[in-house]
Amino acid sequence: MTEAFNFPVLSIIVFLPIVVGVAILFMDSKQRDLIRGVALSTAIVLLVLSAFVYLNYNANVDELVAQQEAILEDGGDAPAARMFDAGLAYEENYEWVPALGIRYHVGVDGLTVPMVLLTGMVAVAGVLISWRIEDRIKEFMAFFLLLVAGVYGVFVAMDLFLLFFFYELAIFPMYLLIAGWGWVKLREYAAMKLTLYILIGSVVALVGAIALVLTASNFFTANPTLLPEGAQAFSFDIEQLMYAAELGAFSQPGYLGIESLTFGTFWFPFIFLGFAVLAGIFPFHNWSPDGHVAAPTAVSMIHAGVLMKLGALTAIRVGVQLMPDGAQVHLPWIVFLTLVNVVYGAFIAFRQRDFKYVIGFSSVSHMGLVSMGVATMNTIGMTGAGLQMFSHGAMTALFFGCVGMVYDRAHTRDIPSLGGFVKRMPWVAFAFVVGGLTSMGMPGLSGFVAEFPIFTGMWAASENVVLRIGNFELTNYYSVLVIIAALGIVITAAYVLRVTGQVFFGEFNERRYSDVGDITITDRAILLLLGVPLVVLGLYPNIMAPMIEAGVRPIVALLGGM
Amino acid sequence: MNSLDVFGINPLSVLIFAPALGALLVLAVPNANKQLARWLSLIIALGIGALAFIVFYAYDREVGGYQFIIRGDWFSVLGASWHLGVDGIGAAMVLLTGLLVPLAILISWEVEDRPSIHLALILFFETGLMGVFVAQDLMIFFLFYELSLVPIYFLIDQWGGANRKYASTKFMIYSVGGTLGMLLATQLIGWSISAVPADVVAQVQAQPNVPATVAEYIPGRPSFDIDVISTLFPAFSGAGGVFLGISVVTVKALAFVGFFIAFAIKVPVWPFHTWLPDAHGEAPTAGSMLLAGVMLKLGAYGFIRLVVPFFPDVWVSEINLLGIQTTTAGIFAFLAMLGIVLGAFAAWAQNDIKRLVAYSSVNHMGFVALGIAVMALAYGRAYVEGSTDLMNDGIMAANGAVMQMFNHGLSSAGMFLLAGAIYHKTHTRDMREYGGLWVRAPIYGGVFIFTSMASLGLPGLNGFVSEFLVVRGSWPVFTALTLISMLGLLLTGSYILKGIRAVLHGPFNLKWRGTPLEIELREFIAISPLLVLMLITGIYPNWILTVIHESVIRMMGG
Repeated sequence: MTEAFNFPVLSIIVFLPIVVGVAILFMDSKQRDLIRGVALSTAIVLLVLSAFVYLNYNANVDELVAQQEAILEDGGDAPAARMFDAGLAYEENYEWVPALGIRYHVGVDGLTVPMVLLTGMVAVAGVLISWRIEDRIKEFMAFFLLLVAGVYGVFVAMDLFLLFFFYELAIFPMYLLIAGWGWVKLREYAAMKLTLYILIGSVVALVGAIALVLTASNFFTANPTLLPEGAQAFSFDIEQLMYAAELGAFSQPGYLGIESLTFGTFWFPFIFLGFAVLAGIFPFHNWSPDGHVAAPTAVSMIHAGVLMKLGALTAIRVGVQLMPDGAQVHLPWIVFLTLVNVVYGAFIAFRQRDFKYVIGFSSVSHMGLVSMGVATMNTIGMTGAGLQMFSHGAMTALFFGCVGMVYDRAHTRDIPSLGGFVKRMPWVAFAFVVGGLTSMGMPGLSGFVAEFPIFTGMWAASENVVLRIGNFELTNYYSVLVIIAALGIVITAAYVLRVTGQVFFGEFNERRYSDVGDITITDRAILLLLGVPLVVLGLYPNIMAPMIEAGVRPIVALLGGM
Repeated sequence: MNSLDVFGINPLSVLIFAPALGALLVLAVPNANKQLARWLSLIIALGIGALAFIVFYAYDREVGGYQFIIRGDWFSVLGASWHLGVDGIGAAMVLLTGLLVPLAILISWEVEDRPSIHLALILFFETGLMGVFVAQDLMIFFLFYELSLVPIYFLIDQWGGANRKYASTKFMIYSVGGTLGMLLATQLIGWSISAVPADVVAQVQAQPNVPATVAEYIPGRPSFDIDVISTLFPAFSGAGGVFLGISVVTVKALAFVGFFIAFAIKVPVWPFHTWLPDAHGEAPTAGSMLLAGVMLKLGAYGFIRLVVPFFPDVWVSEINLLGIQTTTAGIFAFLAMLGIVLGAFAAWAQNDIKRLVAYSSVNHMGFVALGIAVMALAYGRAYVEGSTDLMNDGIMAANGAVMQMFNHGLSSAGMFLLAGAIYHKTHTRDMREYGGLWVRAPIYGGVFIFTSMASLGLPGLNGFVSEFLVVRGSWPVFTALTLISMLGLLLTGSYILKGIRAVLHGPFNLKWRGTPLEIELREFIAISPLLVLMLITGIYPNWILTVIHESVIRMMGG
């Protein structure tokens, strides 16, 4: 990739919020406006830098595609790893702990560039919506910025150790923010539940990852000629691990002495599901609605908007990308879990009375589509998964922003007792309608642009994917699953219409909500910041799709698909 | 290829985007400033209408085919592109849309509740309608097809009659649920194109006069281009007749059902019509005008543009239903006949004037469906068996169907306008409350009778031409069904006369003594273009028929 500027932009993006966050802790807690101002300007700088990264990457995507085509044409060793390498941009690669094979290696590819942009958007929106928090604002903003740093870190990490480091860094402030500033009735329970779920998932994944690194090391020690020049055999570097994966380090039969078992087929479910816990995959989705509801608005936004994508992204990055043979064996049954996510999540969302729980469960349903896109294992479906990650991130952050704005003024989230808020908050009503239409996959908005390729990918996968359990073989069942999954769209339409109709239209209770006023200018900025990308992406998908396609092509090449 | 760019932008793109941008502009007008919003939206709609008119007239009928084509990247990973163009059929529909929207805005002058949002929604609706008629890519088609639901949902839900919540929700669930199968079928078809073997593609590309997108298509890639699908999907036979683990015939039949249900709901074809009386009855006048005038045509247009060319083999496949040997097209014609007869009966039974007009749409759109059934059978026979026996009848019926779409657009919009005008003054839609209004409203009475006659199909007015063409085309093909349908025309006469009698004749209801009942100047201005066109089309149908005819022949491969 050609890079437009030559300074360590990713390191700045990751470390700026950490530095400012720590600095805020040393500020005078009486100077609330200064604290807010510092936090906001930091977030804006992050957004601007992220947008630069995005625009520059997007400008060079044609060139990247040509490079990838050339690599596929000329064949040679490990084409997928070379395609992946070609797609990395803004790389920084330094030794960190050489004795343990740990490097400070960051970079972005087509899958993560949209995520970096999304994080910048949600960070700004999150600071803005927390503007009126009076209670310990200093600590709140500091933790919030640390959370943002952790999220950025995971997206840009190209070293497995670094990735886990930032993954845990993101969870820690999350816990404090929910437990300290959340909804009083639920916050301690929800914070604990969320942290335990995610920690257990990540520990399982971590064990798998260490086993992975050891296996790669043994492989390179046994075949020293295959080791890239100047590299260590024992290394956490993701590029090197992918290279090892493509050379077959993790797909040698006879793992644990069982002939039919390989490293990949054994460890894939642990690593994939361990990370997918954070993406809310059924049956490990239970933490997520409680966590969303208990969290303060800004944290719900970043949590559902960005944090859940960490789960999906790491599940792809470490799971699918490093253990393709495991993916081919296990994703054919994991797809059933994603189907449950999509349909069952929508049903539960339909049943909720609490405004925020509706959105919480809708996230479970929509993140199911991301995992479903991954389970297609082809370019179209995985591109859809990438688009859905961005689309759902912006959409759900917008939703939680709307819910927060209503709740701040009405002091209730009980849907039946709300009504007619379009009269007092037309902007919020409009934004909610846009978000709602996005979530039901209305064409012209980003949800359609994401769901369409996921479903097309399911059709495309139908002839190729085979589920084998012993001697039993199931083929062509993806085409049935996609029809069932499409029912999720109808249910989504039903609950979106129901919630919109009740909360924003219908009878307005003048007496009870006499003091409800319109939103402030900062709130409008949030709605615009999160809403406009939904429309832009929906009207012109090529603004993002080719980039994501370039990002998933190496992975699909590794899977041997098209 | 003639160029008609507006500031360097393709005119069809302008037809799509200008209403949406105009809607945003109108939305920015504060609700207090009602007159500004009204005039602004009227001027915008007139400008777009003028452009639609220019597109129709600049369409070169000597050259024919698709014109004003634009192609750009849109969603490359799926092989979908921003591909627009109109042929004669599309141009006629674009003209209809461009004509009716300013009239609908003029009639919305009476809306006092949040007029700027109301008007913005109408303009936004126009974006969706135009988009469908000019789309040459299935994904773009689907995009605008669905998008047009949103503004009309809110128009019914927020400005409709007493039962509006029920009607709008029913409309939305019917429409979204109905398009679900089409969505899945669209994805399936787009993908299956990539499974067409390279030698089949080469064979198709070697034929003379293949469209540009087909010539450029690279085998092995998914494509949503309508030309590509029309030429390649019928030739698709999977691997040894098997696709997705089942036979290709079944896959195609299922995809057909998906498309069929979506468009049958929209047309509406009996028995998929039950949403329509509620939605039309409860919608505000402008909403009813555009719903009946243009939105129903989206379904018929979808049949003509997509379902007929995509599934020629399904249309002619033999079906044995209760011992009767028939084809899919035959069943479609049977449903069309039922729509004509039962729609007329239902209209006859109504006391609510808007519901009467709504059921009359079921009746009239039945003729469109009948015409399409003949067209589909002729096209299918020609494609599958290579026989051109039915070709002349098919072309005639298809011409009639498209003409009927245009004519029904004029007359149903006119009827809803008149129903709305009387409702606006009396605040009741119950015809039993009216009576003898002609005495007090002579001009209204004259206009009402004229429009009713056009709707009834009186020779010399527009409806006659198209119904004649459809019946003439279908008579040799579906003789018995056509015969029953023509008896249905008798019923059409009965309910229309019943409506005229209930509104204009009989004793004057003294309740309306003090109510001004005469048509307002604004309403008269709004309906006069429709009256003029009804007359012109009745006397000299060739002004539009030649444009349609050329494209129909090209479509049918003649």
